[in-house]
Amino acid sequence: MMEPGLNHILFISTALFFIGIFGFLTRRNLITMLMSIELVLNSVNINFVAFNKYLWPHKLDGLFFSIFVIAIAAAEAAVAIAIIINLYRSHQSIDVENAEDLKF
Amino acid sequence: MSGSTIIFYLLSILTLVSGILSVTTRKIFRAAIFLLFSLIGIAGLYFWMQYEFIAAVQIVVYVGGITVLIIFSIFLTQQAGELLPQQNRKRVLFSLLAAFSGFGLTLLQIIQHSFNKTLESSILPTMENIGNQMLGLEDNGFSLPFEVVSILLLAAMIGCIVIALRSKPTTV
Amino acid sequence: MNEILQIKLLGIFSLGMDLGWALLMIPFLPLMGFLLLGLFGRKHMKQSAGIFATLLLSGSAFLSLHTAYGYFFKYGKLEGVYQKIIPIQFTWLQFSPGVSIDLGILLDPISVMMLVVVTFISLMVHIYSLAYMKGEERFPTYYSFLGLFTFSMLGLVMSSNIFQLYIFWELVGVSSFLLIGYYFDRPSAVAACKKAFIITRFADLGFLIGILILSFYAGTLDFNTLIEKLTSTESAEFKSIASASFIGISALTWALVLVFIGGAGKSALFPLHVWLPDAMEGPTPVSALIHAATMVVAGVFLVARLFPVFSMSEVALKVVSIIGIISALFAALIACTQTDIKRVLAYSTMSQIGFMMFSLGLSGQSGEGGLGFTAAMFHLFTHALFKALLFLGAGSVIHFIHSNEMKDMGGLRKYLPITHITFLIACLAISGVPPFAGFFSKEQILLTAYHHNVTIYWIALATSGLTSFYMFRLYFSIFWKKEYIVHGDAHGEGGFVMMMPLILLSLGAAAAGFIPFGNLVSADGKVLESVFHLQFSIAPVALGLLGIFTAMWMYKNESNRPDNIAHSLNSFYKLAYHKFYVDELYLFVTKKVLFSLVGRPAAWFDKNVVNGLINASGNSTVFISEKVKGFQSGKVQQYAIYFLAGVIGLAVLFIYIWK
Repeated sequence: MMEPGLNHILFISTALFFIGIFGFLTRRNLITMLMSIELVLNSVNINFVAFNKYLWPHKLDGLFFSIFVIAIAAAEAAVAIAIIINLYRSHQSIDVENAEDLKF
Repeated sequence: MSGSTIIFYLLSILTLVSGILSVTTRKIFRAAIFLLFSLIGIAGLYFWMQYEFIAAVQIVVYVGGITVLIIFSIFLTQQAGELLPQQNRKRVLFSLLAAFSGFGLTLLQIIQHSFNKTLESSILPTMENIGNQMLGLEDNGFSLPFEVVSILLLAAMIGCIVIALRSKPTTV
Repeated sequence: MNEILQIKLLGIFSLGMDLGWALLMIPFLPLMGFLLLGLFGRKHMKQSAGIFATLLLSGSAFLSLHTAYGYFFKYGKLEGVYQKIIPIQFTWLQFSPGVSIDLGILLDPISVMMLVVVTFISLMVHIYSLAYMKGEERFPTYYSFLGLFTFSMLGLVMSSNIFQLYIFWELVGVSSFLLIGYYFDRPSAVAACKKAFIITRFADLGFLIGILILSFYAGTLDFNTLIEKLTSTESAEFKSIASASFIGISALTWALVLVFIGGAGKSALFPLHVWLPDAMEGPTPVSALIHAATMVVAGVFLVARLFPVFSMSEVALKVVSIIGIISALFAALIACTQTDIKRVLAYSTMSQIGFMMFSLGLSGQSGEGGLGFTAAMFHLFTHALFKALLFLGAGSVIHFIHSNEMKDMGGLRKYLPITHITFLIACLAISGVPPFAGFFSKEQILLTAYHHNVTIYWIALATSGLTSFYMFRLYFSIFWKKEYIVHGDAHGEGGFVMMMPLILLSLGAAAAGFIPFGNLVSADGKVLESVFHLQFSIAPVALGLLGIFTAMWMYKNESNRPDNIAHSLNSFYKLAYHKFYVDELYLFVTKKVLFSLVGRPAAWFDKNVVNGLINASGNSTVFISEKVKGFQSGKVQQYAIYFLAGVIGLAVLFIYIWK
């Protein structure tokens, strides 16, 4: 076991990012896809904070960026859920396989 | 091995394992709960990095806000006890392939890259510093993005209401 | 030179500025008629179209007569020579400095003469058609087409450069096409108008190439400059065009022969004549205007217009004269056997144009030698009068009897007295019986032939005898032969409106011969004293009378003499009756040779190779897009995988390959 540093945190964030990606690719339920996206966003936040802490401690830019990302994620989640519920109303399902009207 | 290291590894394991479970479990409510734990783990990592403010925001917004929102929407759209449909194997295989190759590639970059730390004196992420900079108008001030994000949130809120409103008359 | 509208008033300032405008009005009045009637005629001027067009044209005719009077007797002559006046000219298309296409008006004796002929005959036809075409469904359309034709023909004769002439030449072709196909519900008319259009177009190709060669060597399109450059043996242009050669014949000769082919197509000379008899499907007044008096002489006009250049090449002149005499004899022989009266007249037209052509071909450049030129123009003038008269007379007959066939006619002199008299005058005129117009002009033509080429003279003499024979065959078959029995209600021969043009034209046909034509129109613009040789005219007149009496003997009363003679000439008669199988030859060449040997393979190539290529590109597009559209499946996660794969691919590309 090593003393944890920047690389460890980056490993975690990368892993979390691709876990989120994997979830986004394999989940069929729109809500769970949304959760995967939240994971992806969080991994990005970890990156911002970690870089801020280990590389540029004289500034707080990384922190601010993660705050803004959180704000935007909140907005995104709200809109996404509104859309999902609307979709549920019209299709009686939130399975992404059923929401494929937009094609050739 | 110091206590801090142990805590770090525990937090990492909590975050990653509950993240993996969150995207693989077939019960949607459990997925939401695992997401919750994963988010708490991330908040713990922020605490571990001594960024208490962002950790608090993480808990308030994600754990307290978004997860609850997701759980509500699950209640609205899902029958209780229903298993999530399974994805076909080919898709899972390709997704795994994509995720692992991306992961490998990124990791390779992280390991090979040498990050240079700045030599300037650090400032502490205290509430005072954060507050001053976030609403500051000087060089390091973030008041313009702050305002922009506020307007974005407002727009998102109005958008949600409009989206929710629109289908009502048509369903009647 | 750069001004768009450059009006040159050369030496005619004393006449005032309005000459140019008056000249412009001559073609533009019929054009106006065409446009107005074409656009609004069918809706708003159903009844008044004829009157309207006739009024416009009479304005035009008056202006032409005025111009002719002014040109011939007031300002045209300068020191005893008629000048070529260009009152209006402007640059239309400027290609490069020095090369431009101009539009302009050229006044010289032949164009002024043609102005008078065209407007006068056209006016007669307009008036005649008022009654003849009355009640037609497309009455205004008919008059608008007539207006278009008159406009184009006037533009043609007034053109100041060869390209402008070509433009109007084609316009004339189009209006002729429209008028032949006027009864477009008859398949035969449709076939005839197509035939006329295709054959003349074929000939016009030669004309165009000829124009290009001439203008390439001369460096100009303008008639005056062109003639000036190509007729002086000293000029560089002449030397280059005369020395350049192709298959042993000089470029000048080639150019002239090609131009002549164009003229021959329009003038229905052998062997491009096959469209003219079929063109008789058009309304009879149209035949009188276009296919007898004006358009078909465009070829003669063209040769006359370029005559100074033609006279520089003996070969070209020889071609002109040989084609001319062959057409004359050939058409006369066919005319003796045809039974459709309009076709007889059509072949007679062709024969008379042959006369004009060989006369031009035998003519010299100036002085006494230029008699042929004057004679051709004179014959053109008189022929226009009596041939229009013959056609209009035939129109009256057809109007009365509703048939074109000779066997349906006979004994009509009691029913159509005025037509009868005027037709007789025209027949006498074309047969060359003194003192009618044809006598004088034909006399001059024969005199030219006698002086220059005796072989042609004898053939021409024989043809002139044949002419009087077939004309009087026509005359006797229509008006004598048998008693006409009236079926049902017989209407008269048409009112005053139809008779007036006949009377006016017959006056012309009777008296036009006394015009001292040599004083007005000659090859070099100087006065040519027409000498009258009494002893020379004995032979043609005697032959003409012989023809008349033979026709009288055979056709005045019903008898079996014509049949007997036809039998005794068995195979030759058949040959002539079937027009020497020229049509069949054409059909053979086009159908058997061109269509099956060239057309079919070309069509096969087009269908299989060209279409195949096009279809292949289309099909492959469809094929690829069928494949590609699978990507657009509407499945979000599939998109996400593609996206991720793309991102990873790009990352690898940028990190490891394009460092």
